[in-house]
Amino acid sequence: MSGNKAVDTTDVVPITRIQPTHGWNGLNLGELWRYRELVYFLIWRDLKVRYKQTLLGASWAILKPFLSMVIFSLVFGKLAGLPTDEAPAPLFYYAGLLPWVFFQDGINKASASLVAGRNLITKIYFPRLSMPLSSVVAGIVDFGLAFLVLIGMLVYYQFPATKAIWTLPLFLLLALITSLGSSLWLAALNVAYRDIGYVTPFLVQAWLYASPVVYSATMITDKSLQVLYGLNPMAGVVQGFRWAIIGAGQPDPQSLLVSVIVALLLLISGVFYFRRMERTFADVV
Amino acid sequence: MSDLAIRVDDLGKQYRIGERANSYHTFRDMLVGAAVAPFRRISKSLRGEQFLDAEETIWALRHVNFEVRQGEVLGIIGRNGAGKSTLLKLLSRITEPTEGTAAIRGRVGSLLEVGTGFHPELTGRENIFLNGAILGMKRAEINRRFDEIVDFAEVEKFIDTPVKRYSSGMYLRLAFAVAAHLEPEILLIDEVLAVGDAAFQRKCLGKMSDIAHEGRTVLFVSHNMSAVLRLTEETIVIEKGNIVMRSPSAEAVDYYMTSGLAQTGERIWQDEAINASAAPFRPISLRVLDNQETMAERVFAKEGFSVEFTYELDEDIQGLRTGIYLFTARGEPVFTSFDTDDPQRYDQMAVRQAGRHISRCQIPANLLNEGTYVLGVNASVFRVQSYFTDAYALTFSVDGMGVPGSQWQEPRRGPVRPALHWEIVRTEDQKS
Repeated sequence: MSGNKAVDTTDVVPITRIQPTHGWNGLNLGELWRYRELVYFLIWRDLKVRYKQTLLGASWAILKPFLSMVIFSLVFGKLAGLPTDEAPAPLFYYAGLLPWVFFQDGINKASASLVAGRNLITKIYFPRLSMPLSSVVAGIVDFGLAFLVLIGMLVYYQFPATKAIWTLPLFLLLALITSLGSSLWLAALNVAYRDIGYVTPFLVQAWLYASPVVYSATMITDKSLQVLYGLNPMAGVVQGFRWAIIGAGQPDPQSLLVSVIVALLLLISGVFYFRRMERTFADVV
Repeated sequence: MSDLAIRVDDLGKQYRIGERANSYHTFRDMLVGAAVAPFRRISKSLRGEQFLDAEETIWALRHVNFEVRQGEVLGIIGRNGAGKSTLLKLLSRITEPTEGTAAIRGRVGSLLEVGTGFHPELTGRENIFLNGAILGMKRAEINRRFDEIVDFAEVEKFIDTPVKRYSSGMYLRLAFAVAAHLEPEILLIDEVLAVGDAAFQRKCLGKMSDIAHEGRTVLFVSHNMSAVLRLTEETIVIEKGNIVMRSPSAEAVDYYMTSGLAQTGERIWQDEAINASAAPFRPISLRVLDNQETMAERVFAKEGFSVEFTYELDEDIQGLRTGIYLFTARGEPVFTSFDTDDPQRYDQMAVRQAGRHISRCQIPANLLNEGTYVLGVNASVFRVQSYFTDAYALTFSVDGMGVPGSQWQEPRRGPVRPALHWEIVRTEDQKS
């Protein structure tokens, strides 16, 4: 048993064994499950606190993607004249921004979550995974609010719902997995190397341009390039969102499969790396 | 381990301190080193090792063995930096040991610092739930004890006010209340009594003795010797990462207070014994000087002596005061005095400038009784921040030779033996 906690099944009272762990820790997700109420409270705290003492409160959840949409429509739609898959430019950009903002907020908050919560980490034991996890999951509420605006826009443009609309939750899940996977790497690295705090904004910005947010994925016509493109799970997510909402640019199943595999690899490796680094968090942070 | 709650076997924790002193031979070596180092660090970190190699390490705790029976209340005492807090951190799984094992039977709750996890923007009610969850309570459990917690904290009226509007007293009361209503089988307590006003401390102490008498297992780390004596039956003394003694608390406290553990006459702080939270305050030394101005571990009550606290500030500190605590060998406080107790002095010294300072205090002649005393220091800004406290920095003894009343060879009770002015008046002539 390399894990930190062994439960003695012969007795009701659990016996905790504390000893140095070597090599890769077990995932010990059962413990995270026992602490699910903490995850819930951390999400709840994030939401409660996020817009306190702001003038516009929770409307920021809507304003952020909405204002970005306005800018993108003006700059990339009007000025640069990029094609928007025969859909109204605002709808085209908003559909892509919805998952992107969710992903970006998640990665920004979660990668800083351990350092921000250092006084908790050095004083109390709890599964450290709960911090980045709750930061990413809390973004779903903002996503929900922003989604209401999308519905309003669909009504305004009299755009009928596509048959593929049911796939949206799946693409959201893919965005969540990608966001959490990369956040776990970044958060764990950030504990030891504060460089990560400086690197993350650049990484996110580069990632934005590597994903079809400001342009259409249909502009990439080379088949082999498309599969390569699938290596970026967020490309699949953004493209999938557009397809499910405005019906244009169905993602290539092959590259989508690559996206899903990459996202899962990112998450699994992220969890293992996080668990491995976890034992030194309290000493290093 | 049927009746054991905790068993610790050869537990040790090694910390790395600072970086290796770089010894590059040439400028080229240095450049190459600088270019290669990041990659070496990254590859190390990917293998889960810490990035500092071959640098100095320090054993904060080593070869620690002890057992705690269920329902036992065990005190842990030792100097700052002796490893007490590291021990509690290991047992509460905040950090992992470097060697050895510990087995713990039952749920562990820790009160390592009250108010950890409180969010200033949230209301008292919200913080109770959040803090409870962080400390490992279930929501149903918090619901059940909610009224009790609010009652104990005496914050009914402000329960829906954000805690950033609380007075520091209210904040502490609420934080302690949540933590004190945890119901784990094993409770680890570290210095929670060091905060708050006297009334609050009494209340906390009362609550803790309730907990102790409920049959729960408690490990109690404190610098407050009278609290240790009151709450615990047995105490272990930790020095330099080792357990040097385990015995009934009275003996352990006596040993700790009078043995070489508390240094005599002079105390010099090494950098590693100072918490990072002390910055920009850096204690250097504390000395007892006799009336010849020489360092002494034994002074004469009839002569008076002085206490000299030397420290360095890396930055200016507004409103800083440094002071001394005097205790008897049994830990009963005798007095507390600060260098800016005089209001005029306080106004003059509104900002204590960066640099080295000496605060010197003259203890008058004919004040203390003979015996052994313990001197502590504190540097703080009232109600804002406490930079540094070492309540048991050194011990010294007072020789009663020639004090008032020494013509009678008898011990006098009480820690002070002042020379008081007496009048003896004859009010009536003897009837003849």
